[in-house]
Amino acid sequence: MIGSLPSRYRIEVDPVRCMECGRCIENCSYGVFSRDGDRICINSRNCTACHRCIACCPRDAIMLEEHPCDYRSHPLWTREAREAIYNQARTGKIILAGMGNALNYPVIFDRLVLDACQVTNPSLDPLREPIELRTHIGKKPARLDLRRRETGDIELRTRLTPNLRVETPIMIGHMSYGAISLNAQVAIARAAKEVGTFMGTGEGGLHSALYPYQDRMIVQVASGRFGVNIDYLERGAAVEIKIGQGAKPGIGGHLPGEKVCDEISRTRMIPTGSDAISPAPHHDIYSIEDLAQLVRGIKEATEWKKPVFVKIAAVHNAAAIAAGVARSPADAIVVDGFRGGTGAAPQVFRDHVGIPIEAAVASVDRKLRDQGIRNEISVIASGGIRGSADVAKAIALGADAVYIGTAALVAMGCRVCGNCYRGLCPWGIATQRQDLVERLNPDTASKQVANLIHAWTLELAELLGAAGINSIESLRGNRDRLRGYMLDESLMQVLDVRSVGA
Amino acid sequence: MDGSGIRQALSMMNERGSGEGAGYVAYGVYPDYRDCYALHVFFDNIRESKPLLDATLAQWGTIEHDEAIPTYDQQNLRVPCTPWRYFFKPDASLAVPGSATPEEDVASALVMQVNAAHRGALIFSSGKDLGVFKAGGWPEDVADFYRIEDYEGYLWLAHNRYPTNTPGWWGGAHPFNLLDWSVVHNGEITSYGTNRRYIESFGYTCTMFTDTEVVAYLIDLLVRRHGLDVDLAVRALAPPFWEDIDRMPEAEREWNSALRLTYAPAMMNGPFAIVAANADTMVGFTDRSKLRPMIVGECGDRLYISSEEAAIRAMEPKIESITMPAAGEPVIGRVAP
Repeated sequence: MIGSLPSRYRIEVDPVRCMECGRCIENCSYGVFSRDGDRICINSRNCTACHRCIACCPRDAIMLEEHPCDYRSHPLWTREAREAIYNQARTGKIILAGMGNALNYPVIFDRLVLDACQVTNPSLDPLREPIELRTHIGKKPARLDLRRRETGDIELRTRLTPNLRVETPIMIGHMSYGAISLNAQVAIARAAKEVGTFMGTGEGGLHSALYPYQDRMIVQVASGRFGVNIDYLERGAAVEIKIGQGAKPGIGGHLPGEKVCDEISRTRMIPTGSDAISPAPHHDIYSIEDLAQLVRGIKEATEWKKPVFVKIAAVHNAAAIAAGVARSPADAIVVDGFRGGTGAAPQVFRDHVGIPIEAAVASVDRKLRDQGIRNEISVIASGGIRGSADVAKAIALGADAVYIGTAALVAMGCRVCGNCYRGLCPWGIATQRQDLVERLNPDTASKQVANLIHAWTLELAELLGAAGINSIESLRGNRDRLRGYMLDESLMQVLDVRSVGA
Repeated sequence: MDGSGIRQALSMMNERGSGEGAGYVAYGVYPDYRDCYALHVFFDNIRESKPLLDATLAQWGTIEHDEAIPTYDQQNLRVPCTPWRYFFKPDASLAVPGSATPEEDVASALVMQVNAAHRGALIFSSGKDLGVFKAGGWPEDVADFYRIEDYEGYLWLAHNRYPTNTPGWWGGAHPFNLLDWSVVHNGEITSYGTNRRYIESFGYTCTMFTDTEVVAYLIDLLVRRHGLDVDLAVRALAPPFWEDIDRMPEAEREWNSALRLTYAPAMMNGPFAIVAANADTMVGFTDRSKLRPMIVGECGDRLYISSEEAAIRAMEPKIESITMPAAGEPVIGRVAP
């Protein structure tokens, strides 16, 4: 017998403050609260710490405590290790989890510090001096053929391939319709349009409600090819081939049939109620040359008018893979670190497979430089970007731009409870249940996401100005403006940074 | 022009130095060896290092002549190394087949290899018919150490250093030179980390521990290897802001935008005023916000570019015109044929 495990959270309602309005009951989709006459009953065991009840309680009457009941503490046999065993002993199944890596690995970003000017060069004030954050994602020529005509005019003889012009190096990564609600996607799309950036569709097709924002959408082609047809490719501003995802490198995806409602069925082009299973590999990509062929295929289909990105999970050999991708006609490579979020992934993958984005992006940048082709392709870093400082550090480590995912969801209310895979998101984000979806107002949610990107952009301009840099490209790969704090020697070599004080 | 005038001009700006580095470059000083690369070398220990460099040079080409650079002890100048010069002809057949500039390729690869090897020899000047004369000291002491007035050149650059980010050592004094191009720089390049990594991916090796070095290599890459005009190369290094590019007529916008995209990692940030020169050109330019001063004087067929007007007037009391170019606007002088 295993018996019941201790509740993870304890919810308490302060009877003096509570006015029994019942908002907690209405808002909790996990069934923590119920009414018994004029009493509110609590079943803490159902709680996910999504905070919806706390956010909605007009009297601040609800308290939440994590781990109210301790196990005997043990450094190896942690609570998580023991509970995973109980769980699997009972079910015999793979444990599913949501959001990003939940193991306590050190965060490299938090061991890197940025630089500022003192005396020898002036720091710049963004209120008075221009600070340029405009970024171009796409292929660049290695050199230019610029001729001066007899008349003195300059003639550009090199033809440049189309680039995406982003007004800030912050883009929003791929979260599919299915993984998140249509309201959430619409909110993100409006925000992307407002701040002059782009968002990914994920592998869920492009719902017609997003057509007005299609020039801000990067349409994804993943191994299940859901929603992919020529109309879809032509609507997007760019196309992204997804090879892997940081939260689950090496495996595909699974959208349970229960979530495949009529709208999702139409958008993904699959029957209602059927599981949407993306295979682990693309069934037409078994080698790098197959990938190059697919890139060319998509380029041909879209008449070489659209940039094509390739997204890989940050794995041990990411640098060499990126170099291979760079030799194809692909315009950008997205590297998704092991902290990247997901709607659903096996816990063992989420927590144990892949490498941190900081190391991956630094080694990708170095490898491309060693081959003399770094500036010819863009590098987008993603997976665990929490704030403008992470953006600045990722760029200084060699990225052109970043994708954010979880941060955009948090801006809409997500509390990172990690239960996305259950489809009951009380915030209306990671759910398809109509009553829950309606809780997310796309107007206010889009404003919040736009505010977030705007705020980070302002902070980035301040950080650049303080470092005496007035254009983002001069921060790109500029490890001299980073120092490692309490990082070991070998990791500093990989990151190509020196220690604080050095 | 002999070097006495520029020595005097540089003296006017001693407030801008700290006595840890000064230097001069003069074009046209070696007419007898105008077909040879004049390699100026600092030997840490001439007995140990010179035989090694002699052997390397013999492998890479022919030494036409070599000698100590004449120097004259100065009370305030501590001399940690021996300045030497070689007049050298590289073996062009060592270049990659099909190279448009085989002799230059070999000469620059030689400089990179010798300096990166750190074997007690630093080649700090490698052009034809030109020479860099620099040391760790005040401008007057450095000038007198080399007796700069004994050199007769048609184009001069000079610099007075106040090092902050990097050590004050002889190799770190300006001008920096690679083949035909020499550079002096007032400022600090905040994009150095990006620029250095970019230029090193093209086979250059930064060995001088200072940001100015990359400017010489970037100009070499853009002008010699990528074939850009000097003014376009300078524009790639200090390009217009996007808001200005956005307002340009279409064709102009297109090539300016292409230049920024293609050479984004070459773009230099931070406060700077730079003067670069080769055998027939002198170009001065500042960062896009002009956070360092740059004054231009003209008198007859002479062009002066300086941090301070006082320095120009010291050389040319009857100067005809003094102007202050706008931020990022290059000033280009060509040597009359």
